[in-house]
Amino acid sequence: MNAFQQYFYDLAQTHPKWNFIYLYDPTQTDRVIEGLWMTIQLSVVCVILSVIIGIIGAWVQGAHSKYLRLAMQGYIQFFRNTPPLVQLMFFYFALGQFTPTYSPDGWLEVPIISNVGWAIISLSFFAGAFNVEIFRAGIEAVPDSTQEAAEALGMNRLQIYIYIVLPLAFRVSLPALNNNLVNLVKTTTQALAIAVPELLYQMISIYNDYSTAQNACMVFLFFAYFILVGILVLGMHRWERKLRIPGYGA
Amino acid sequence: MKTARKAFRRYHGDTDLAVLKPFKFSPAGSVQDLLFSRWLSGFSPRSLLVVGLLFCLWPGFAMAQGNYSFTQALDALWRWLPFIVTKGFALNLLVSFFTMLVGTIAGVLLGLGQISPLRPLARTSWFITQLFRNSPWLVLLFIVMLALPFEIQIGDTIYPIPDWLKAVFGLSLPIMANISEIVRGAIISVPTGQWEASESLAYSRNQTLWLVILPQCFKRMIPPWMNWYAILTMATPLISLLGVEDIVTLSRQAMEAEDNHPELLVPFFGFTLIIFFAYCYPIARYTIKLEKRFVVNQ
Amino acid sequence: MTNNDWTPDQPLVSIRDVYKSFGDLEVLKGVSLDIMKGEVICIIGPSGSGKSTLIRCVNALNTIDSGSIKVEGLEVHDPGLDKLELRKRVGMVFQQYNLFPHKTALENIMMAPLKVLKQPQAEVEERAHKLIKRVNLGGKESSYPGELSGGQQQRVAIARSLAMNPDVMLFDEVTAALDPETVNEVLLAIKDLAQDGMTCILVTHEMGFAREVADHIYFTDRGVIVEHGPPATFFTKAKDPRTQEFLSQIL
Repeated sequence: MNAFQQYFYDLAQTHPKWNFIYLYDPTQTDRVIEGLWMTIQLSVVCVILSVIIGIIGAWVQGAHSKYLRLAMQGYIQFFRNTPPLVQLMFFYFALGQFTPTYSPDGWLEVPIISNVGWAIISLSFFAGAFNVEIFRAGIEAVPDSTQEAAEALGMNRLQIYIYIVLPLAFRVSLPALNNNLVNLVKTTTQALAIAVPELLYQMISIYNDYSTAQNACMVFLFFAYFILVGILVLGMHRWERKLRIPGYGA
Repeated sequence: MKTARKAFRRYHGDTDLAVLKPFKFSPAGSVQDLLFSRWLSGFSPRSLLVVGLLFCLWPGFAMAQGNYSFTQALDALWRWLPFIVTKGFALNLLVSFFTMLVGTIAGVLLGLGQISPLRPLARTSWFITQLFRNSPWLVLLFIVMLALPFEIQIGDTIYPIPDWLKAVFGLSLPIMANISEIVRGAIISVPTGQWEASESLAYSRNQTLWLVILPQCFKRMIPPWMNWYAILTMATPLISLLGVEDIVTLSRQAMEAEDNHPELLVPFFGFTLIIFFAYCYPIARYTIKLEKRFVVNQ
Repeated sequence: MTNNDWTPDQPLVSIRDVYKSFGDLEVLKGVSLDIMKGEVICIIGPSGSGKSTLIRCVNALNTIDSGSIKVEGLEVHDPGLDKLELRKRVGMVFQQYNLFPHKTALENIMMAPLKVLKQPQAEVEERAHKLIKRVNLGGKESSYPGELSGGQQQRVAIARSLAMNPDVMLFDEVTAALDPETVNEVLLAIKDLAQDGMTCILVTHEMGFAREVADHIYFTDRGVIVEHGPPATFFTKAKDPRTQEFLSQIL
């Protein structure tokens, strides 16, 4: 144990309520790192999937078929108007029982979608539902007159969409999208309910094993999410500023 | 020609550069989150019917093979319904009311702190607001619930603090931060002309704030406030993860009592989803109605 | 489809008996006019008389209910018409400039020839530079529309339409949204174009400009052409009472 770790070990002896066990015990440190990694993975995958779902959804919302539009509306309403925690539970417990299983060794029945898988599905669809509206509003914020000018220059609909509508819609959507993505990262903590070993879950496991570490774990959690979300927010702001066009936007 | 220019300016907002239409989103949490209510209320009863039907029919179809039939599951749900709703959902609503109460009071104070001319106060308030806005609600809930004692002693009597009350404090932290943002946003949206006019009438800063600015803000704060209430209500199931006996915990207990047949999962969880929806939908509709009314009156 | 046997002695733009309604509102009630190559014509009239609708129909931005519009022999409202062929010949400048905000002035001008006409980069860039200088915006090539004033944006819009080498330019009240100081710079650019022999159709309120530059002036009111004539006689010897009333109000 080096000096840093020794200090916290001693602190735990003298102050029984402040056991920073994850700083000096390698097993617990591993747990924390695993939890952190899981949170980051979950966030990144869900962000990417939800953006894809949002783009597809925004396109479907403008589709000609009425049934397609209705179906998309149904999806959005369902995911926006129900608690994400209950969505997670519903997906994992209620729908999970219907997923086919495979057997790696002839004894165990492993479902093909694990709890992490269901967490990803549930959270992506949850954030995706908000993204559809965000992208749709972005597309509609591009004035008809600008598209008309492009048409008057001879561009066909696809060219207008790719060169004019999408770049502008993206810039308009970015602030709201960033807000939504930050929200998604915060919502990943709720995957705890279906035993996904993300950061909150791991910290709780630690202080369930070592009750003296409770305060220390809470402190860590607080700062960990503060920093995680802070990095994301700063990164997004920087990206927004980079994409700024002079004369446009707040 | 002058009227054409005026109309042009009115259409394009404050810029005479025809770059983009002013769009509806704002970076601060308030207006953007109002869209949550907008979507919730934009839901047509017909699509509700379609989704509801799909919801009910599909599990029945998938469960045809089970030896515990779907009708038995629905029976079980029906038996437990009064218990779940009156003891469980009622607690969720109780928590939501108290949280909103505490959160609003604290949030208003924090919001006023943010606009204070005293720099340390303003910066501290800003920091607290950002801190609690960006923290995951579940983490805050855990921290508060574990940190608060389960009973306090005032004088000679020991008062137990029920767990749902601790949950109220836990959830009121992010609500406080978001209300603070709403208040700050509403105050800075009042035109500076109001402040200048009051100043020239020799009002002190406090008088201006309480007699002139805040009465104007009050109306425009209501829709985002109601919007956050809906979001909060949807977040109350989180307290089940800390053992508080809300609708989710009680549903699970009910399913336990019914021998945990997997066929029970869809009806019970499905019912939870539906009851939350049924509660938040009218609120969202009313929120949008209020917003339209307040916008017009301005 | 476009078996084009148009020759320069025929009208460049030929509008015949055009009727157009928006729902129940009839906006154009039988408009006919011919424009020869090299002519500059101005369409004036009160709001709602159908002027903007008319030139938008020429560029197929609005459809017509009946009648015919021919540009260089191409029937504009032929459903089988390749709109690209039309837009290669007709350039349009709008009241609200409608520049692409995410591209610099130079890129705005270069965009259409590159993407639509698929011309080589170097050639397009050279032409774009020339056009910017022609509308007196040398030095503003890398500015974004948000950094330019209204008049400058409008001139970039003119240059952008010119980059397609059109045979006829349509101007839809292009100075209506500008401050008086900047109106002049735009009018100068248009005058320059007209003097170089470009066929122009202008919908405008600028009577002084019309008097100076136009070869022919058309007055529309409530969907029909009430009166037309060369500027020399139009402003002083208007015959129809509606024309006289309109002129007395604005002059």
